[in-house]
Amino acid sequence: MSETNTMVGTKEQFLELEKIIAKYKDTQGALIPVLHEAQEVFGYLPLEVQEKISEGLNVSMAEVYGVVTFYTQFSINPKGKYKIGVCLGTACYVKGSGDILEKIKEKLGIEVGECTADGKFSLDATRCIGACGLAPVLTVNDDVYGRLVVDDVDSILEKYMDL
Amino acid sequence: MELARAHVLVCGGTGCTSSGCEKIINELNVNLEKYGLTDEINVIKTGCFGLCALGPVVIVYPEGCFYSRVTPEDVEKIVEEHLLKGRIVKELLYSETVVEGQDDVKSLNETQFYKKQMRIALRNCGVISPEDIEEYIAFDGYKALGKVLTQMKPQDVIDEIKKSGLRGRGGGGFPTGMKWEFASKSVNEQKYVACNADEGDPGAFMDRSILEGDPHSLIEAMAIAGYAIGANQGYVYIRAEYPIAVARLQIAINQAKEYGMLGENIFGSDFSFDLGIRLGAGAFVCGEETALMTSIEGHRGEPRPRPPFPAVKGLFGKPTVLNNVETYANIPVIINNGADWFTGIGTEKSKGTKVFAVGGKINNTGLVEVPMGTTLREIVYEIGGGIPNGKKFKAAQTGGPSGGCIPDSLIDVAIDYDSLISIGSMMGSGGLIVMDEDTCMVDIAKFFLEFTVDESCGKCAPCRIGTKRMYEILEKITNGNGTLEDIEKLKELCYSVKNGALCGLGQTAPNPILSTLRYFEDEYIAHVVDKKCPAGVCKALVSYKIDPEKCKGCSLCARNCPVNAISGEIKQPYTIDTTKCIKCGACVEKCRFGAISK
Repeated sequence: MSETNTMVGTKEQFLELEKIIAKYKDTQGALIPVLHEAQEVFGYLPLEVQEKISEGLNVSMAEVYGVVTFYTQFSINPKGKYKIGVCLGTACYVKGSGDILEKIKEKLGIEVGECTADGKFSLDATRCIGACGLAPVLTVNDDVYGRLVVDDVDSILEKYMDL
Repeated sequence: MELARAHVLVCGGTGCTSSGCEKIINELNVNLEKYGLTDEINVIKTGCFGLCALGPVVIVYPEGCFYSRVTPEDVEKIVEEHLLKGRIVKELLYSETVVEGQDDVKSLNETQFYKKQMRIALRNCGVISPEDIEEYIAFDGYKALGKVLTQMKPQDVIDEIKKSGLRGRGGGGFPTGMKWEFASKSVNEQKYVACNADEGDPGAFMDRSILEGDPHSLIEAMAIAGYAIGANQGYVYIRAEYPIAVARLQIAINQAKEYGMLGENIFGSDFSFDLGIRLGAGAFVCGEETALMTSIEGHRGEPRPRPPFPAVKGLFGKPTVLNNVETYANIPVIINNGADWFTGIGTEKSKGTKVFAVGGKINNTGLVEVPMGTTLREIVYEIGGGIPNGKKFKAAQTGGPSGGCIPDSLIDVAIDYDSLISIGSMMGSGGLIVMDEDTCMVDIAKFFLEFTVDESCGKCAPCRIGTKRMYEILEKITNGNGTLEDIEKLKELCYSVKNGALCGLGQTAPNPILSTLRYFEDEYIAHVVDKKCPAGVCKALVSYKIDPEKCKGCSLCARNCPVNAISGEIKQPYTIDTTKCIKCGACVEKCRFGAISK
């Protein structure tokens, strides 16, 4: 396991997790909804959290870990404060989102799936987000930037640098 | 509801939300307050109008003025001039709706974009507020459910759907009525109705628009399906990447429960039906029906072998009907208008309409719904407004990573399920990406294979290993190291994976390669024999040149070159040192004289 997993959540977060588990305990197919909500609380799914869920739902740890690593929405590594997602759907790709991704990698010095050392930015290449009319697009947390050209990258990143 | 003098419809679809429609709505409310118009004017946030390229979009009724690319600064003008003084703000209108020398506007239905469209599945998108069940009811909402529960037997419903010829809109095109019949004939105390809203094909967003613009039509249709097959529980499996759609569907489910459209004894009948949402978690393979059900059950979304088919043994081992969002959206209209009406639309074997998400190198990107049998030419050149920057149409890609490319020579083929299969593509969920001469077909095939390699669940070897090997060959070719033998090997692999893979993902994964090889083999040959990329996309095969005739010696390119590969003297033609050049293309972008070419 990577070292980052030694970072665990607060007491409040674990109390919140217990509530989530209790809410879904008797639901058929509860694991995925619980993981979704747990990730909302912790920002990611460290092993400690997966273990709690495994105990709480009476699902084997192998199954929990298997599910977490199968789905791209779930992350076992912490994400940056600002999560950048560059859409690599077909419409965006045809309109040059690959170049935009390259530029961001170069600017931040990180690869896809990584987080900057200061924890500020993490970078993902996302699947189609369905805003194809605005292609190419990127998202920073909930903000969407569309109709981009490579030169827009600087000004977008700058906006978040000092926040 | 208070009667209002005018209605301002603001598109709240994903495209327009991304381009800032929330700010427009705020600004509208602020200004209506300022001018004392809040009691007279109604602001409604609707679903997608379809013309995403022009967003944010605002329509003012009763005149039907279509304001496009509205900025927050424009809003005050619309309120003051149009809503207060009754003068249409001509400069903000969508240019096609302006009638020169007259004060009124041309109806949207007369514009190129909408003229050839026929909206059945999208009938309420952009018309009603998706968050208000009463607006849906006012547009014949839940009438079909009422009719079914009070006047029809379950078998009558199935017969009507069978007669309509409706086929699955998620890609496969399986007759919906037959699917329902199989599930209805399975004997079990517990059955399920499920909806596939895991719209994973890149470039397709029609299901999302229906969920965001008209969620009640899905609820109504699923209840009808439940009645037809004898199920009392439904699940909607929806992508977590679609937060707006999830929120609106939840609101709609809550309202439907409150109004008695979901729950116990609907319309006083002895039919009860409940509906739940299950979030996907970003796995493309979960769009495959058996994988989707495994995922709802809480496991890794790996497909299962069929048979048994879901109609016999589906979700939690019970008989299940699974349809896609667009398919369901057609159901209430078919029940209300009758199967005979529906069969009058479309082609012999594909009835009704199909929604396409048109994107890529085309002027009017957005959602269009056309009768089956419309030609690609009509979609690209009439509705889509052609290719930007005077470029040439090269191909349209349909069916996403499972589909193929339709070349220029087949642009007049009437599009339906069967015609697309016969030319080596498929309907898929309806993404239609237009490509121009600057798109490299080998690169596009590689792009899709990279996608399937990433999304292969790993359960069966042909898909897990085969897609990876195919991707590696494509990479070799685009890097300039390919041989003619590689192309043969690629073809052979394509057929083994197609025949050997367990589920639809693997079986269709070779399609992007097979179809580009079928129509653009010369491009593959150019890559391996001439070591050239004709479209100038594959970096390893591109070299930049300055045309001495066109170069004015301004030095702009040299100043912008990040590796100082360009040199020369002012007012003399410059040259590029190709050994230093990293092919970033910065010089091409900067040159004002078009002197640099690939």
